[in-house]
Amino acid sequence: MPTLSRPLRYAALAGWFALLAVTPFIADNYTVRVAITVAMYSALALSWNFIGGFAGYPSFSTAAFFGLGCYVGALSQRHGVPLVLAWLLATLFVTAFAAALGTIILRLKGHYFAIGSIAIVEVVRLVISSWGSLTGGGDGLNVPLLSGGPDRVASTVLYVMLGIMLLAFIATLLVDRSRLGFGLRCINQNEDAADMVGIDTTRYKILGYALSALFCGTVGAVYASWVGYIDPTDSFSILLTVKVPVMVLLGGAGTVFGPIVGAGLFVLLEEFFWANFLEWNRAILGGIIVFLIFFLPSGILKLDYRRLFRRKSPADRVEAA
Amino acid sequence: MTEILRLENVSKAFGGIRAVNDVSFTLSEGEIVGLIGPNGAGKTTLVNLITGVHKLTGGKVIFAGQDVSRQKPFQAARRGLARTFQIVQPFPAMTVLENVAAGSLFGGGHAAMGAALDAARQELDFVGLGPVADTPAALLSLPNRKRLELAKSLAMKPKVLLLDEVNAGLNAAEIDGALDLIRKIAARGITIVIIEHLMKVVLSVSQRILVLHHGELIAQGDPTAVVNDPRVIEAYLGAKFAARFGTAASTSQGATSHV
Repeated sequence: MPTLSRPLRYAALAGWFALLAVTPFIADNYTVRVAITVAMYSALALSWNFIGGFAGYPSFSTAAFFGLGCYVGALSQRHGVPLVLAWLLATLFVTAFAAALGTIILRLKGHYFAIGSIAIVEVVRLVISSWGSLTGGGDGLNVPLLSGGPDRVASTVLYVMLGIMLLAFIATLLVDRSRLGFGLRCINQNEDAADMVGIDTTRYKILGYALSALFCGTVGAVYASWVGYIDPTDSFSILLTVKVPVMVLLGGAGTVFGPIVGAGLFVLLEEFFWANFLEWNRAILGGIIVFLIFFLPSGILKLDYRRLFRRKSPADRVEAA
Repeated sequence: MTEILRLENVSKAFGGIRAVNDVSFTLSEGEIVGLIGPNGAGKTTLVNLITGVHKLTGGKVIFAGQDVSRQKPFQAARRGLARTFQIVQPFPAMTVLENVAAGSLFGGGHAAMGAALDAARQELDFVGLGPVADTPAALLSLPNRKRLELAKSLAMKPKVLLLDEVNAGLNAAEIDGALDLIRKIAARGITIVIIEHLMKVVLSVSQRILVLHHGELIAQGDPTAVVNDPRVIEAYLGAKFAARFGTAASTSQGATSHV
């Protein structure tokens, strides 16, 4: 049951977007940093939604794509590639990497796929940290700083991240209405049957997986430019790879708005708990995740708030009849 | 009649077990053919070989003059080789209409979603599921799920339709309804292979019967002749019963060709 009509949802999204965009003018640097984090995780969550939400493949390789994006962006900048071109290069490299990897790893299903996709994060991290001559290994890499003072850098990064988030959202809308989206949903529901109705499941899954990597690569490269220093532990964080799927599940997997709702809510909750319960914030978040999985398995967007107030809605009576 | 599907010495081994052994037959356009055999005879394996789910160990599958032995299931679907599953395989959370639209969009060659939905609606009306088009597939009763499988396959505009036990689990009245539907589908010029182990069901609609036993094609031909064939009776009931029925069978044996 949709709780809000579609035009209202678009309006709410536009409002949310505008609110994030005006933070540099009305709020302090801390708030802008939170806004950047929201935009960044929204883009990552929208990306994960292609493979995890539409196709139902529980991918945990977000951190691999993000980290590779960090390193490709940083390394190409250090070798003289201009900023924006370095970001694009990172996007292309990560997408190609995912497409090539997808042909192998998408033969796995369910839990096996999940484990395989986590292993990719570890393997890529180990390669990056061992390849010291190129990547600086465990010492990390300094990334050329963005020009301008802290305020200027923050607002630039914010608008770039918001731009990526918007592109990821538009891509989601397009996929949602296309054959690709429909085919991925069929694969999610019943892969054998999808094969039997004429869907080239292998190709569709690879497309979904590559799409799920594309914006992660860009986000990683922009992140590297923002923080100015990257190392393997920060770039290939297991926590990142787990957080992103949780955000999508929180909002509603396979929906168009769910990832944005989930990412926004999760980042704000996380900030709130960091600020107020420094010792306990992870435990509280863990509790929230468990609660969500048990009581809101299909996400906040699928929650019909009217039912919370009125036990017998007209729809219930029809079902009972 | 023109030939649409031909199997040449098709074999499939799973390790040491020969699930399908040296099977050859030909289907003509617009035919209704029954494929029967006891449980474990290799009927479903044969369907899986024809539609590319399993790779052939030996032999060839020729569809409309083209060697399709190495095809993948989605290619079979797009070519016009559709099948239904013994255990129904809907997309449970999608509506009945979306289920069928998946067939018309990907298998039936409709490029646009709108056209695919229109085609899907027509097939739903054809099988009698029009009124439940917007219901989630998971909520359908078993007979209606079987109809949904049929509608989904029909939306793929098949030339050959392989029906793997579409009647399993249905009661007598429901089976009659399903058989009527199968005749209506055949009237559209689609070649139908009905896979069953219930003889009665197959005999009432099939023009020709193929009998599979231990992976081998032991008899084919006219339905009445085939069921009286001692080898078929033996396969179903064992040698003792076959001997008892032997006298009755010998009268009509001439019409059956052993292979």
